[in-house]
Amino acid sequence: MEFDPFVLSRIQFALNISFHILFPTITIGLGYFLLFFRIRYTLTKDPHWEFIYSFWVKVFALTFALGVVTGIVMSFQFGTNWPGFMEEVGNIAGPLLGYEVLTAFFLEASFLGIMLFGRQRVSNRLHLIATSIVTIGTTLSAFWILSLNSWMQTPTGYTYENGVMIAESWSAVIFNPSFPYRFAHMMVASLLTASFLVAGVSAWRMLKGVGGPATMKVLRIGMIAAAILTPTQMFIGDLHGLNTLKHQPAKVAAMEGIWETQKGAPLTLFGFPDEELRTTRSAIKVPKLGSLILTHEWDGELKGLNDFNGQHPPVAPVFWSFRIMVGVGMMMLLVSWACCWQIWRKGSINRFSQRVLFAMTFSGWVAVLAGWYVTEIGRQPWMVSGLVTTAEVVADHPPGILITTLAAYFAMYAFLLVSYIGAVFYMSSKPAKSLIHMHNYGLPGKHPEDRAYSPIEDPVAKAADSNRSSINQTSINQTAGS
Amino acid sequence: METALPLIFVTIMGLSLLLYVILDGYDLGVGLLLPLGSDREKDIMIASIGPFWDANETWIVMGIGVLLIAFPSAHGIILTKLYLPATIMLLGLILRGVAFDFRVKAGDSKKEMWNRIFFIGSLVASMAQGWMLGSYITGLNGSLTNTVFSILIAFCLPALYCVLGATWLLIKTEGDLFAKAVGWARKSVLPMAIGLFLVSIATPLVSDVIAERWFQLPNFIGLMPIPIASAIALGLLTILLRRDVDRLRELNPWYLFICPVIVCLMAALGLAYSIFPDIIIGQMTIWESAAHTSALMFTFYGVCIALPCIVLYTIFIYRVFAGKATALSYD
Repeated sequence: MEFDPFVLSRIQFALNISFHILFPTITIGLGYFLLFFRIRYTLTKDPHWEFIYSFWVKVFALTFALGVVTGIVMSFQFGTNWPGFMEEVGNIAGPLLGYEVLTAFFLEASFLGIMLFGRQRVSNRLHLIATSIVTIGTTLSAFWILSLNSWMQTPTGYTYENGVMIAESWSAVIFNPSFPYRFAHMMVASLLTASFLVAGVSAWRMLKGVGGPATMKVLRIGMIAAAILTPTQMFIGDLHGLNTLKHQPAKVAAMEGIWETQKGAPLTLFGFPDEELRTTRSAIKVPKLGSLILTHEWDGELKGLNDFNGQHPPVAPVFWSFRIMVGVGMMMLLVSWACCWQIWRKGSINRFSQRVLFAMTFSGWVAVLAGWYVTEIGRQPWMVSGLVTTAEVVADHPPGILITTLAAYFAMYAFLLVSYIGAVFYMSSKPAKSLIHMHNYGLPGKHPEDRAYSPIEDPVAKAADSNRSSINQTSINQTAGS
Repeated sequence: METALPLIFVTIMGLSLLLYVILDGYDLGVGLLLPLGSDREKDIMIASIGPFWDANETWIVMGIGVLLIAFPSAHGIILTKLYLPATIMLLGLILRGVAFDFRVKAGDSKKEMWNRIFFIGSLVASMAQGWMLGSYITGLNGSLTNTVFSILIAFCLPALYCVLGATWLLIKTEGDLFAKAVGWARKSVLPMAIGLFLVSIATPLVSDVIAERWFQLPNFIGLMPIPIASAIALGLLTILLRRDVDRLRELNPWYLFICPVIVCLMAALGLAYSIFPDIIIGQMTIWESAAHTSALMFTFYGVCIALPCIVLYTIFIYRVFAGKATALSYD
């Protein structure tokens, strides 16, 4: 069997970057949650916020470590697999990556030490500052890398000098047309991913009967955040889509499965795009809605795939990824609003909702990956839209070596993913500190520190109450020691 | 500026990689020594590098980043040639980095496994780095002598890291672990010295370009301080380590740590002299592979602002976590 080095390099890069993005997505969003917990603690001195912080900072640390090590792979991959990329556009891409290292990487990595292990060594104020700096660092990192990615999608601000591409205006390069939308879309995606992570893990703790009073607090915050962020994300997504239509119409045509240029195009809800027949089989369509959504006019014209002379991305993956992303988004909206409704009416959520939230713990990952596949596969066959094709810049490694390294990466990542999810739930299976706190001080509300908290009347909390006697000293020591 | 900028960036790159070797060197060294500690000692050993390893590892990203930004064509060639060892190193660094967190978070039953992974990751990463260094010095062509030479360095670099790790532990630990670390340092100095000696002899033998640069008068005499300073640092370290453990406890441990650091510094200077003004020995100079001045200038502004800040807050972090290491706690 013949393997094409180009395809193998692409698979390897896709694998590396897909695995990498999972972790920054969480840390970018979770950072803001941690900051919120920390600020709440600083303002209220309610120990529950401290418990919440100390649990989630561990998840943050683990996630951060995975993000760092998989990120190092990225800095090498440009050279090892796509040497032509830097030769062609290095004068623009290089400095953007450089600024990411200079302004973000060192900042995050250095202050992370204080954030994680410094609470005994520095004042609460300085610790709060360190937490803010790490959070800002993760956002700065997203800023630069999304600027570069957006530039590859919608290049502006460049010129040629003796056949070499250089920047003409750095502000035009950094703030290229698709950047504001992509950056906002990704930031909200990270926050949403973190919202469902904290809510999902909290729901799981409640199901297992190891959740304390603080657990419900976190779940509530996660759900309120998600209930606000999901519609925001849909709004931003719409704007982003309009922007893509303007600059990369081929991508939108693939997303919507539009083959022929037409006015008043229908919206294809479902179907099977077939590139050989140049049609979408068994399509379920809503008349005119496609044009309405994309052009905000009933009779707006949409350019079809057949008008791009073969220079359009593979249709099916883009088409499907887009539907998966939107589908997860719809689920998020439904679940977060339903949960908020329950919390508002009853102060808690029922067991069914807890199960749903548990199932959706990592739903943000699915949406983020699907979204990135839309935008990245949608950019093909270009590496930099309209300027450099992906095939031009690939390294010519023997397929044998590529298959070997690809297999090694794959095995490693599969192992790490299982370990990561396992560790997150293992950490969550330990009784919550707030529960032990309650155990030590008797019923909630008795201890002066508990005044801020009002007991939750639901079966889970009761189950936790009856379980309290079974939480012996060992488990308390375990939690304290971790 | 057109001539100066590539020089500035090659200096920054060299310094970043040197810092990486020293800083992540002690991390990796502690990883290599980890199996020798008892269960409790392992926790302290990890605690001694806990708050630092992340930032330490960032220096390699910086070094490779500067190569990518300032010398894009060389970056492509070097990393394509070093594809296999680079991939192996990355896999090692991944394992090492995640083991750090998993060993305390994945449950006690798995701690032993993650400790072992921490060691294996450190070993794989440091040997792969040695291999990469070896192939780089020999001009990135895979002849038999060059391969043998690369393998030689692949075995020497871990020894250097062990010395860095053991002397770092002298700074950060006390009691029995301190005594053990003295023993580890004593044992690893000799392999490191032999390795260094062999590498110094072999380098001019496998590379004509380097031989030519070193063995001509008066350069040769001018260069003598480099090997002499290394020898003095190594000698001093050996003499200090011969002392009784209890006397060593009274000594400022930074004196011991600084010895292998000086060796690294001298090796870096020697290497810089061997290679300069090439970026790929005998093939490409730094000016031939440099990025466009506009790109370098724009990055240079960032460097001027960010680098001093990085240095300042790195010093600050080291001060916050100064003193003997205690078990890491999130509380």
